[in-house]
Order: sequence, then C-alpha cells, then structure tokens
Amino acid sequence: MLRRTLAAAAAAVLALAAPAQAQAPAAAPVEIQFWHGLPQPLGGLLEKIVSDFNASQPRYKVVPTFRGSYPETMVGAVAAFRSSSAPHIVQMFEVGTGTMMAAGRAIRPVHELLTATGVNIDFADYLAPVRGYYQAADGRQMSMPFNSSTAVMFYNKDMFQRAGLDPNAPPKTWQEVEAAARKLKEAGIACPMTTSWPAWIQVEQLLAIHNQPLATQANGFRGMNAEMRLGGPLMVRHMQNLVEWQRQGLFRYGGRDSAADGLFPSGECAMAFASSGLRARVVREAKFQWGTAMLPYYSDVAGAPRNSIIGGASFWVMNKGPNAGETGGRSAAEWRGVAEFFRYIASPEVDAKWHQDTGYVPVRRASYELTRRAGYYTANPGADVAIESLLRGGAATDNSRGIRLGGYVEIRTIIQEEMEKAFQAGQSAQQAMQAADTRANAVLRNFERQNARAAQ
Amino acid sequence: MDRKVIFKGRALPMLLLLPQLAVTLVFFIWPAAMAVWQSLLQEDAFGLSSTFVGLENFADVLADPAWRGAAANTAVFASSVAVLALGVALFLAVQADKAIRGQRFYRTMLIWPYAVAPAISAVLWLFLFHPSIGLIGRALNAAGVLWDYQLNGSQAMLLVVIASAWKQVSYNFIFFLAGLQSIPKSVLEAAAIDGARPLRRFWTVVFPLLSPTTFFLLVVNLVYAFFDTFGVIHALTKGGPGKATETLIYKVYVDGVDNLNLGSSAAQSVLLMVFVIALTVVQFRFVERRVHY
Repeated sequence: MLRRTLAAAAAAVLALAAPAQAQAPAAAPVEIQFWHGLPQPLGGLLEKIVSDFNASQPRYKVVPTFRGSYPETMVGAVAAFRSSSAPHIVQMFEVGTGTMMAAGRAIRPVHELLTATGVNIDFADYLAPVRGYYQAADGRQMSMPFNSSTAVMFYNKDMFQRAGLDPNAPPKTWQEVEAAARKLKEAGIACPMTTSWPAWIQVEQLLAIHNQPLATQANGFRGMNAEMRLGGPLMVRHMQNLVEWQRQGLFRYGGRDSAADGLFPSGECAMAFASSGLRARVVREAKFQWGTAMLPYYSDVAGAPRNSIIGGASFWVMNKGPNAGETGGRSAAEWRGVAEFFRYIASPEVDAKWHQDTGYVPVRRASYELTRRAGYYTANPGADVAIESLLRGGAATDNSRGIRLGGYVEIRTIIQEEMEKAFQAGQSAQQAMQAADTRANAVLRNFERQNARAAQ
Repeated sequence: MDRKVIFKGRALPMLLLLPQLAVTLVFFIWPAAMAVWQSLLQEDAFGLSSTFVGLENFADVLADPAWRGAAANTAVFASSVAVLALGVALFLAVQADKAIRGQRFYRTMLIWPYAVAPAISAVLWLFLFHPSIGLIGRALNAAGVLWDYQLNGSQAMLLVVIASAWKQVSYNFIFFLAGLQSIPKSVLEAAAIDGARPLRRFWTVVFPLLSPTTFFLLVVNLVYAFFDTFGVIHALTKGGPGKATETLIYKVYVDGVDNLNLGSSAAQSVLLMVFVIALTVVQFRFVERRVHY
C-alpha cells in the first residue's frame, strides 16, 4: 500500500522530470518543454505542428512530451511544479480551467506573457465561446485556446429511412427527438438514442443552450463563492425525460465520459449526442449513411436555443516552481520562445489545418473563413455543424459562456454518479439533481477554503 | 546442516544489508512518512499554501458518507473475493491432486492466469460481459436477463468480484496443491481403513491439516482484495455505477489523483495503513497460534 501513496508518485515524477531540465549548450536553440495529453492519432498531429514550428525558425525548440490522459497530465504538472520542474507549457482540459485560474504563482497568464514579450495575438478574432472560456472575469486572456470541440448530434440516415423519417430533416427539438425515437423503436431499432459525456452534454450543454445557470456567479466566472443550481425546473424536467425514455427503451445509457462513443459508428444506436471530435471516427468506421445536427432544445423555453459551450483543452504557461520568484525560474529567451510558439499556433493557416485534420472546431473566425473558402464544407457536409452550434443565438450570455468552477473534475464525476443512480431507479430525477447540488457545493466550499489561503 | 556463518567485523554485513535498507527507506518508509505528514495538512493542489489542521482530515473522512460507503463496499468485495478465490482454488487443487491423466498440463493451465496483469484480465472480462460487445453479456440480454453492469450496481460488483477472484485462484491453487501433497499418505490410508468415506476424510483429515495454508492464504487474499484490485476496478467500472464498486483504495486514487484533494487522500491511505498493520498483528499474535499444525 505504501507504494501507492501520492508522495511516491510525486517522487517518481520528480525523477522522470529531472533529466528533461538539463541545460542545452549555449549555441543550441532555447528548449521549451511542452506536455500534452492527446493520444494517437491526435497527439501525432499536434507534434507535427510543433516540429513545423521548430523548423520555421532556428532560435527556439519546443520539445513535446505525451503525459497520458488529461487528468494524468494535470496531476503530472502539479507534481512537477511542486518539485520545481514544471514544464513551460502544459495542455489542460477545459474542466481543469477553474483549478488553474486559482493557481496563483503556479501559472503565468497568457496576457502577461504577451505584454512582457511584446508578441501580439489578435484574440478579438477568436470565437467568443472559445476565448471566453479561458478569460478572467475582466476579459484578460489567461490561457491559450487550442483544441476545442463542442457537442453535436449524429444520426443514422439508413435507420431514419427504415422508420419512415426524413433522413434529411433531423429532429431539432427534444419533442421531435422523442417522437423520432418512438418511430425508430417501432421500426425495431433496439437503441433509438444514446449519449456520450452525460454530464457535459445532458447537463452543461443543455443548460447553456437554454440560457439557464449551472451555478450562481455566472457559472463561477464572477467568483469562487458560486453555488450549484442543478435542481432547477428545466434540468429536473430533462433528467426526468431521460429516465422515462430509458425505461421505455427509447434511450440507452452507455456509460460515463466517452464510453458510449462506439455505439453510434457500430450502427447500434440511431441517434447519438457526442463530441464533434467523434466525427473522424464515424467517417472511418460507419458503414451506413449518417448526418450531423445541432443539439436539440425544448421549444417552449423562452430564449432557446443559444450557443453551445466548448470542450477540449487549452495551453497554460507555468512557472518553474513555488520558489521561482519574479522571473518564474525562466530566462527572457524562454518566455519569448513560449510567446513565439503561441503566435505560430494562432495563425489561421495552422488552425484551419488542425480543424480539418482532426474534427476540432476552428478557434478563429479567420480560419473558419479560410476553410470555407477552400471548399472544405462543401466537400464534407456537416463538418461546420459544430462551429454553427457555437455561434448560434448571437453573443454568449452569463449562462452560455462556459463553466468556471474549482474542483470541477470531481463535480463532473458527482453529476454522472447521481445520474446513474437515477437511471438505476434508486432515486427520482429531482432527488438526483438535488443530491448532485449538495455534494458539488461541498466540493466548491472545500476548494474555496483551500484556495482562499493560497491567495493570501 | 545448521552450521552458522559468522562474519568477522561489522563492515561487510552492514554493506551487504545496505541495498535492502536503502530500498526500504526510499520506497517504503519515506513515502509512508510523507503520507502521514500530508494527512495533517490542508493544501491547495499546487502546494502554494498549506495549513496544519491536525486530525481534521481524519474527522472529515470518517464522517463522510461516501467513505463509509466505500468501506462497506470494500468489506463486501474483499470477503467475496477471498471466499470465492479460496473455495474455487481448493476445489481445483483437490481435483488436481488425484491421479489423473495430463496432470501436468492441467496444473500449468490453472497457474497461467496469475501471470496476467490486472488491467489485461479486466479487459478480457469486459469483452465477455460488456452488455453490447461482450460475448456473454449479449447472450444474457438475448436470453431475457437484463444484464447491464454499467447501470446495475449489484451486477457491477459481481463482475469485479469474479474478475478479481479469477486472478487470485491460480496463486491459491499453487499453495493448496503444495499443502495437499505434504499431507502424509499414511494418515489418509489409516482413515480409509477405519472406514471414512472420501468426503469425511476430506473434512476431518485433509482440511484441518491444510489450515495453516488456508489461514496464510486468507490473509494474502484479503490484502490482495484490499490493495491490488485497483487495476481491475479502474478498467471495468471506474468505481461506478454511482459509487457501487468504489473501494477504499479506489477512493484514495480518485480523491488524490483526479480530485487533487491531497490531505483527504493522504488521511485515507494512512487509515488503510493502520488497517494493514492491525491485520498483520492479528495474524502473528493471535490466530496463527491457534491454527492446527
């Protein structure tokens, strides 16, 4: 058991990270350590961008390292910081944003980095839901947006045809989804619909699209004293529907996070709510006609639909360790190198190529335009549904800007656990959402307490 | 044979002991001490501020319904795994101890699963029991049994128990077989001459003579179920559905690594450490003396 303690993990990370810190000879380019959490094939595409940057200039060399899944990358970066061997740049998933923002001396905000190094990046051209997710309440850019996705609906056109539904008119509202699911079931389809990422899609996205709060203080953007609001009438109504649909065989719960991803491309489920990033896999694996559509909404809710929120990750700039002082433990050249790398990945050409290669959304309007002009969306119908979802309904509101809650990794797990209990019929939808509120609030207060001390 | 080797001087024996002592110190004592220290602190993830809070983390953990739930799960899980793994292994060992054709092949086959890594064994079980891609899972659903361990807590628990016990059967099998082979044939023959039937011979002669082995294996199996089944649970259920298969060791991982709540996670691992120490004391002080040798 002793082997399993965190201290051992920290020691291991220290041991692994130490050689990477060895100084390069004076004439060699300045090395920038970059940790990412993208497995293959995405990781390879990201590392290709890095090597293109290295080839584009002689002065800086960014060294990418794959550190396991997003949570593993996060805990690795935390342990490395504690032992004064943090990487310059770390890729952090969007749910870790609240934790990183509160990380004080551990991070160097991107706006500070850009001012100090005199590098200019036109954040005004970035899509609002993307840049907003990673901005402080006053609009200063805290981390560098990169791979962003959103949730969309995939549907099996062959199955729609078999059930007598129009394969070119996917359901737009939840009412239409329910009606379509009934027809699909009558046509003998065992799994009319499923969802990946239950907490992200059926809770966070649902509330954003309907302009309803997930938590007070603008979903935590205005302060750490936010409180959860999952017990609201819309959320309970939707949860109630999901439970009901599951009982009637219209909806299948396929597991937490991305566990249900396989149910659509395998041809098992007729409709699937999933990350837009699933597109690449569907293109590769699906042996049937399929289409994509925006997430449905309840037509009787005023103000719906609005923009969906993003998932994915951004790049955070880290100081070397807790005792690194004003310089953050890095030379001016190193900071400059980080900023130059960000300028490179912000270019519309690089972003547009990343979008087309991976299925992530373009993060800039310029790259969206570039892709459109190149005729990509005509050749790949439906590839623009994700970005259209992000732009739906005009400017983002307090409820659709994103989520800025500390300890949100834990909260997402809590939401999924309580949803599972409701699906097991152990509790009603109302009880599930209230239990999630109570438990998540405890996490928020605990986070507030730990980080109020950090801020002092 | 009992000739003693005595070193001249102290330098050489110390030198020979040093590697082992260093390994113990660096990989066992030091992390354990760090865990104890960490369990007394409240800290943000990055360690920018830490406050000494005494035993507050322990009080929080013990009052937390989630931790109590995990403790209850662990009790059910560990006892089920131990009983199942011991029972099946004993049955197989008794069968393998008989004079049968292809004995060696049979024994080798039974020992194999021990070499399979926990995560791999979990994936094998997943491919059997997954409700939509698993061979048996699909068959169960087709036969009208509503099998979905992703939503049914009891089914999930059943699955992780079976997967964990399966891996431990091989280990138990080796020890039981060795234990059976060391039972003198004369004792069994004497019982047979006295007219005891095979079943009676087993319960009155073989089983009591196996009790040291059984007791040793019971402790090993409990420790295995407590601490070495992380891989199986992580790969199969991730503690779900709900918290139905979250054991204490899994909760330590979730709170420490996923939730970055270091103080609470450290307090939980210290509690587990106390449990293991207690189990070891019980083993050596009390129970082992009463076992019939």
